Amino acid sequence: MTLLDDFFVRAALAGLGVALAAAPLGCFVVWRRMAYFGEATAHASILGVALALAFSMSIFTGALAVALIMASTVSTLSGRGYAMDTLLGVMAHSALAFGLVAVSFLSGVRIDLMAYLFGDILAVTRGDLAVIWGGATLVLLLLWWRWPALLTATVNPDLAHAAGLDPRREQMALTLSLALVVAVAIQVVGALLITALLIIPAAAARPFAATPERMAIIAALMGGVSALGGLQVSFAFDTPTGPTIVSFATVLFALSSLTRFLRGASAGQRF
Amino acid sequence: MTLVTISDMSVKRAGNTVLHNVNLTIIPGEIITLVGPNGSGKSTLLRSVIGALKPAHGTIVKRPGLRIGYVPQRLQIDPTLPLTVRRFLSLPTRVSDDTACAALRQAGADDLTLRQMTDLSGGQFQRVLLARALLNTPELLILDEATQGLDQPGSAAFYRQIEEVRRTLGCAILMVSHELHVVMAASDRVICLNGHICCEGAPEHVASAPEYRALFGTGTQGALALYRHEHNHSHDHGCDHDHTPDHEVAE
Repeated sequence: MTLLDDFFVRAALAGLGVALAAAPLGCFVVWRRMAYFGEATAHASILGVALALAFSMSIFTGALAVALIMASTVSTLSGRGYAMDTLLGVMAHSALAFGLVAVSFLSGVRIDLMAYLFGDILAVTRGDLAVIWGGATLVLLLLWWRWPALLTATVNPDLAHAAGLDPRREQMALTLSLALVVAVAIQVVGALLITALLIIPAAAARPFAATPERMAIIAALMGGVSALGGLQVSFAFDTPTGPTIVSFATVLFALSSLTRFLRGASAGQRF
Repeated sequence: MTLVTISDMSVKRAGNTVLHNVNLTIIPGEIITLVGPNGSGKSTLLRSVIGALKPAHGTIVKRPGLRIGYVPQRLQIDPTLPLTVRRFLSLPTRVSDDTACAALRQAGADDLTLRQMTDLSGGQFQRVLLARALLNTPELLILDEATQGLDQPGSAAFYRQIEEVRRTLGCAILMVSHELHVVMAASDRVICLNGHICCEGAPEHVASAPEYRALFGTGTQGALALYRHEHNHSHDHGCDHDHTPDHEVAE
């Protein structure tokens, strides 16, 4: 019985850690319309997983390294003759494809691969927990530190320049945070669903927030509730945990949109 | 003591030289208006002054500690970003409520404090941008097509606000006017730009300069004066077309 409690508690802590870091970062992803950027970074991390398995490194290191390379390549190449979404489309899917091909050369990892595409939160170890919470804390500290500058650059890059800030540096901070979140979240929800964990809580928080800070806090709450709620539901109905967490978040989003619609109808208030 | 000295500056964007051989000094308190066709490098020049673009050649020397207020072209705030006017003014540095209120009043945008940025009308939005630029009591105020998207009375009201600000703060103003007919009457200097400085001088001088006419044709020669006409008699034409009253802008 204690064993059961133990893995459940570990899973809950893992989900909570990822959700708390992903949600505020997700607000920036939503505000800056970087959803596809997050998606590309996440897909590329599968290549990192393959490399990590091949060279028996830690999955975290492999995923982080490839996610970072991917994110900074796209940041650098964009605006040099290719539209951002074309570039991302090429990079995201080719990295995923190369990753899947690379994994096929490794023997005995077919079962593992599914775990990295869809996550395997119930297999989280104490070591994984340390990595997840370490990464999440790092992301939150980075966001906390850069918050005013990040927000100014998000509103308008030229306003940031005029205030003596460098929008490119802020972009780098976001890129780094994104790579970190991808690397820690890959085990919890898997590479295919990470973007959902970034975007859905932020979108669900929008109708209840009047300032950016409040939106980030509410998003973190929504993310946390989704992680715990999704875990409970998946446990009760024996469904895959990562997708259940995302589904739970989506239900919150639907309720929040409904609230906005009802409130808007009565008060004539728009978004 | 000059505020900004630009010497022999060239700026490249994506490999193309957008500006070349630009020499310009800005002295305290003067109003400079940049005019020029699309792609003539007006915004590029402003963005070089605020430091968003680096010159490929030449130098920009700013007086040490120069306080610059920057009003961008009408900027797009994503509707997913909740942002009150008050919060916007505290970006990136927090300012006190008193400072924020004073700046809003100076920009003619009182009572907007708690409104969402995305709910503001075009005129209100530009005034809030102006208020933000005034927070640090700038010595140089830079406006990039600040009246884009405003109707005629709206632009006129906005320019009157700028003149008011200049009177109280005594700051220098460097601004772009895309609409040639609303070059501000109070400009000390008009600079006609087309990749380089074609001609410059008092508004009347530029309007009659052959370089200016070559760029805009003689048809707009009288247009420079049109704003003055609008400015002085904006609402007593007695014409029967729909006339947008001034309060629409100030609502």
